Formats: sequence, structure tokens, C-alpha cells
Amino acid sequence: MAKTHVTMKVNGAEVEGLVEPRTLLVHFIRENLQLTGTHIGCETTHCGACTIDIDGMSVKSCTMFAVQAQGAEITTIEGMANADGTLSALQEGFRMMHGLQCGFCTPGMILRAHRLLQEIPSPTEEEIRMGISGNICRCTGYQNIVKAIQYAAAKINGVEFKEAAE
Amino acid sequence: MIPAAFSYHRPATVADAVKLLADLGEDARPLAGGHSLVPMMKLRLATPSHLVDLHGVAGLKGIRRDGNKVTIGAMTTQHELLASEEIANSLPILHEAALQIADPQVRYRGTIGGNVANGDPGNDMPALMLTLGAIYQLHGTGGAREALASDFYQGAYFTALEPGEILTSVTIPVPAAGHGYAYEKLKRKVGDYATAAAAVVLTMAGGKVASCAIALTNLHETPLLAAEAAKAVIGTTLDAASRKKAADAAQAIMSPAADARGPVEYRKHVGGIMVTRALQRAASRAK
Repeated sequence: MAKTHVTMKVNGAEVEGLVEPRTLLVHFIRENLQLTGTHIGCETTHCGACTIDIDGMSVKSCTMFAVQAQGAEITTIEGMANADGTLSALQEGFRMMHGLQCGFCTPGMILRAHRLLQEIPSPTEEEIRMGISGNICRCTGYQNIVKAIQYAAAKINGVEFKEAAE
Repeated sequence: MIPAAFSYHRPATVADAVKLLADLGEDARPLAGGHSLVPMMKLRLATPSHLVDLHGVAGLKGIRRDGNKVTIGAMTTQHELLASEEIANSLPILHEAALQIADPQVRYRGTIGGNVANGDPGNDMPALMLTLGAIYQLHGTGGAREALASDFYQGAYFTALEPGEILTSVTIPVPAAGHGYAYEKLKRKVGDYATAAAAVVLTMAGGKVASCAIALTNLHETPLLAAEAAKAVIGTTLDAASRKKAADAAQAIMSPAADARGPVEYRKHVGGIMVTRALQRAASRAK
């Protein structure tokens, strides 16, 4: 099958590659670009581990073809840290609140939470839970992931983070 | 999982898209949001030789109010429906149902056109289109035509779309101001298709049901308009006996498949409950 030349901007850098039409975006990101922070979990659009940010949308990159991302602007977990290399508010939140155990779902969780906080800067707990309902975590029970996102929202908004009473 | 090889086409106009689909024949499939088709391709349950991606086609997106009708472009995503004030104000049942479709990521990609045109009995929007009396605009190489949503669904994955035709938009008459609405969907978890679901749009006058439409999701190989069930509550105060009559009438036309969501008897049973709940919630919202 003839390959197609694609160009896109990933984490601020112009990238290009030759892909078959059937190449999934997640495979292009992991194998062509060697950005293996984006994980492949279920490959059936259920688990959200492969979630990336593309043109202002959270998308499961296993359910889009690389050719469809021609010209797109993409952020993956590798692009989430601050410019000076320090952890972003979300990354710090996941660290401080123990928002991960095995860490497999974390890149997808953080990218999804990133877009959620762009759209709803001060989400309620319910909005956070519905907002990450397309991301499955099999370790944490979600409690600390919710707290991590609350921590990040507070930090971004410049208010003090108060952990809800258990 | 990697899909079988295919050729990718990205037309810029509806005319080019339908010409491609007609020329390439039955090995070609239109690609909208892709969140039904791409998973099927990865499982090799679908192996089209050509994909005609509609994302580059101008004019297939957007929500437009025109008098007492709202027209929604086929490539409008569920996320865009949820963000639309026009939808929230004039067709709030679409907002309520869109929130129950899949999950946030899927809603950024999944489209109304794909949802109504795919013919999957599990899709949620078709039942809404039946209750609202929607009209679908279809385009083929022979030109454009319209189809009533109520005439569109013929069987599981079989619709009134002719080979090479695509659905370009849906037009929905805006229900009366003060109408009540509800979409009750029982599902096993977020993101699942309905075990059973019911859509209700009604108006009340003097404490009685003045008009009512009821439709059912995933309780038959097509979405169903439950006309007898609606008739059973018109003119009543929606008392327990009328609600029971409506649920019984709806159950009489259900023929769900037995699958992981439950045996036939269970799905019909909860289907009746969805009708009852939707009726009550719609009435409580009617002004």
C-alpha cells in the first residue's frame, strides 16, 4: 500500500513521516516519533490510556488514523511539563496526591484532565468524575486521581487546595 | 490491532464525496467520526478497501436555526451539540441524550450524522429523531432527497440510504415552548450502549397530556416509535394506571436481542420502566 507523507506539530515541534493509511495515530506517535509516553491499553476505544490532545480535543489516539492528523497540533504527555522542565500543575498534583500506582493510565488521565481544566477551570467533583469517565484506572479507585485534578485546578487558579474530609 | 489495508480519500465537497463512493462501489465506506467504524476495522469485522473521510468536506458542520426548525450538519460532533446554546434552549432532549453517549473523548469525534445514519440499534439519537419528527437530508450522485426519520430504519444496519448516498444533515422541528422531555437510558456503565432506553417529548395542558411521542432504543433491531403507548397517555393526568398502559403498549412492540446486557424478558421489563420514568420526568419538566 502506498505511503502518505504527513506533517503535524507535536509538543511544539514540526514532525513528519511516511504512513500507510491504516496506521493508527497512536502507532505513529509511539513508533515513528518514538514518543512512548502515550500508552496503548485496550486498543478498542474503551480505556483512554492513549488519550492525547489534538486541536483542542481529547482524543483516543487508537481510534484515529495518522493520515487524519495531517496539519494537526498535538500534545502528548512528553509535552506536559513546564518550559523549564519542572512538573506542570497536573503532574505535580498526581505526584502529591498519589494519583497513580502502576502509572499505566496516567498519561491518558493527565492529558484528559488537561483539556477538562481548559474547558472547566474550577470543576466540581462530579464534573471531574464525568470528565474522566472515558479513562479507566484499575489501581487507584479514582479517589486520588480526583484529588490530583482538584490540586491542579487550585494551583492553576492560585487558590489554596483543601482536601475534602474523608 | 491493525486494520486491513485500505486507500484513503479526503474529498472537499459533497459532490466529490458521493462521486467517490459511487465510483468505488460497495468496497468504499464513508468515514465520519469513526468511533463505530474504526473499532470494527481493527477487529477486522469491517474491511473496506476505501475510506472516504468526510472531515474535509465543507458545509457538513454546524447548527442553524431557521424559523421553527433546527438543522444540524451531519459532521457536527456530540461535543459540539453539548456546547450549543441553541440545542440547550430549543432541543434540550438532544443535550440530555448526548451526555449519555459514550464518554468525553468519543464525543469530541462522534457525530450526529454517524449516530443516526449507521443503523446500529444501540445508537441513541435515532429514537430522539423519531419522537421529534426529524427529516434527514440525503445526497447521492443523482442529487438530494429527504427522508423522514420514521421511514429511515429498516433493520439492524439497514437504512433507506442507497449505495453511494450519504446523510448530510438532519432537520428537526422545534417542539412547543414549555414542552417536557426526557431520555431515560439504562446502561451497565458509562460508555455502554443502552440495555433499554426511552425518549419522550410531550406537552401538558390543564394538568393533562396534550401531545406525546415516545420512542425506544435498543429494544428491537431498529429504533421504535411507540405510537400506541403515546396514545395511552394523551388526555390523561399520567396517573399510575395510564403509565402502566403506556409501558404495556411499549413492551408489546419490543423484541430485544438476548445478549450480555440481559435476557429478552429482563430487557423488556426494564424497557417498560424506562418508558414510565421518561414519561414522569418529561411531565415534571413541562410547563
